[in-house]
Amino acid sequence: MSEPILSIRGLTKTYKGGIRALDKVDLDIRAGEIFALLGPNGAGKTTLIGAVCGLVRPTGGTMTAFGHDLARDWRAARARIGLVPQELATDMFETVWRAVTYSQGLFGKPYDAARLEEILKSLSLWDKKDAQIRALSGGMKRRVLIAKALAHDPELLFLDEPTAGVDVELRKGMWQQIAALKERGVTIILTTHYIEEAEEMADRVGIIRSGRILMVDEKHAMMERLGTTEAVIDLAAPLAALPPDIAAFPVELGEGGRRLIYRGGSAGEGGGRAEVAQLTQALTRAGIAYTTLDIHDSSLEDIFVGLLGEGEPA
Amino acid sequence: MHFNLRSALSIYRREMSRAFRTAFQSILSPVLTTSLYFVVFGSVIGARMEPIGGVPYGAFIIPGLLMLTLLGETTSNASFGIYMPRFTGTIYELLSAPVGVAETLAGFVGAAATKGLILAAIILGTATFFVDYQIAHPIFAALYIMLVAASFALFGFILGIWADSFEKLGIIPLLILTPLTFLGGTFYSIRDLPAPWDAVALANPIAFLVSGLRWTFYGTSDVPIAVSLGLTLGFLVLCVVIIAVIFRTGWRLRE
Repeated sequence: MSEPILSIRGLTKTYKGGIRALDKVDLDIRAGEIFALLGPNGAGKTTLIGAVCGLVRPTGGTMTAFGHDLARDWRAARARIGLVPQELATDMFETVWRAVTYSQGLFGKPYDAARLEEILKSLSLWDKKDAQIRALSGGMKRRVLIAKALAHDPELLFLDEPTAGVDVELRKGMWQQIAALKERGVTIILTTHYIEEAEEMADRVGIIRSGRILMVDEKHAMMERLGTTEAVIDLAAPLAALPPDIAAFPVELGEGGRRLIYRGGSAGEGGGRAEVAQLTQALTRAGIAYTTLDIHDSSLEDIFVGLLGEGEPA
Repeated sequence: MHFNLRSALSIYRREMSRAFRTAFQSILSPVLTTSLYFVVFGSVIGARMEPIGGVPYGAFIIPGLLMLTLLGETTSNASFGIYMPRFTGTIYELLSAPVGVAETLAGFVGAAATKGLILAAIILGTATFFVDYQIAHPIFAALYIMLVAASFALFGFILGIWADSFEKLGIIPLLILTPLTFLGGTFYSIRDLPAPWDAVALANPIAFLVSGLRWTFYGTSDVPIAVSLGLTLGFLVLCVVIIAVIFRTGWRLRE
């Protein structure tokens, strides 16, 4: 595997008052991937991004981006990193064009009107280039923040809750834009509350809670490893006990013997669904009739909630 | 030492465009206020006053009035320039950019100092409508105004980082700089004060600045020009050191 584009080792941040926002975080980000960092409020997602981008002073650990130590060689590293913050923080009286021009120059890039035009067009902001930012809608303001972050063509882009407060249609449009960035070779780290967003876009997922990374894995591998399939089969007549052929499956009886509940398999690759198909064949062979069948694969959200629940103090 | 000129110019241009966007507040308002001073103290009252050190009263007060506006406006501009991004959250972009203390100061402080110089030129131009005056050492005057503008832009920058409310942002210019400038020999010569007030007046550092600028205008001053110059330079260096420490420690900038 190639060298990680970003490597974090033992990153710790303790705020005044003793709140430990990050606790010995280790994380490697691969070039070209979309990495989703999931965690509840106050888990340390924004602090982690802030530490890499220079907004937060870590109290311990090391960070290397593009082979540059972020503590010593921060200029070279930061020139290649972009950040879209969670808050809609823009100079409201500035025009869109001036805002992106400023960002391009601030990061040391020569003025390139053609590139800025390309970025604004890709984000459907070109017709708003002379509008003051305060006159734009919330979704447009967020896209202005993305345009500003892209103005210096970063190779690593942080998106902190990119679709917070954005309606469903716009959110899907933004997913397409993020996918297009990945196509262009930009490595993306995003934090999100919308787990479907991570499920839709991420190559790998990291789960963070109380400043600690609980798990990092390929999204599909995580779903396969931790996900399950649940099937609810309503029987035509109640069963007093399970016949041996049926009891061999991971099933249990419910609703006074009127319902058969299957929980098993791995959700990611459809293993559970295949086993449910075998179960229905076994029911037919055993002469057990059923009226309805409902199958549900656990989502990333189920896995996420389960993982966070496991570590909750009693 | 690294210095990214493009980054510095970007900050400078944005700050200047902010000034032109708020031209009434940044330029016209102080010009109007200073013009009123010239009308009242320069023309109306000044016409009845004795010359001070051979300089007609209306002309005598020009360096002090210039200093009054220069200190207030330069400090406010620089403090506002850095406080607003902190207040609105837009400072994230500056902090995440490959930009160090040198580019930041060149941009923010350079723009605040430029605005101060433009203001000084406009005030001096305005003064010609009310009083007759000539500048004895015009090059020295321009350099001294630049030095004072840069020093107080640095001071304002520190103020903008220190302040955590709009109230604090306004306190220093309003409650300290303005009274000290009034009492620093703007409308009178410190040498004319009775003892011990002449000595007490010299405890006011602004008195040295007003005196220094008056020397560049009329060749006479309450304190030697070298002392005024040394004090101003010392203040500038002190501000640069404080800002360097702020950037190294991230005080009030980085969490």
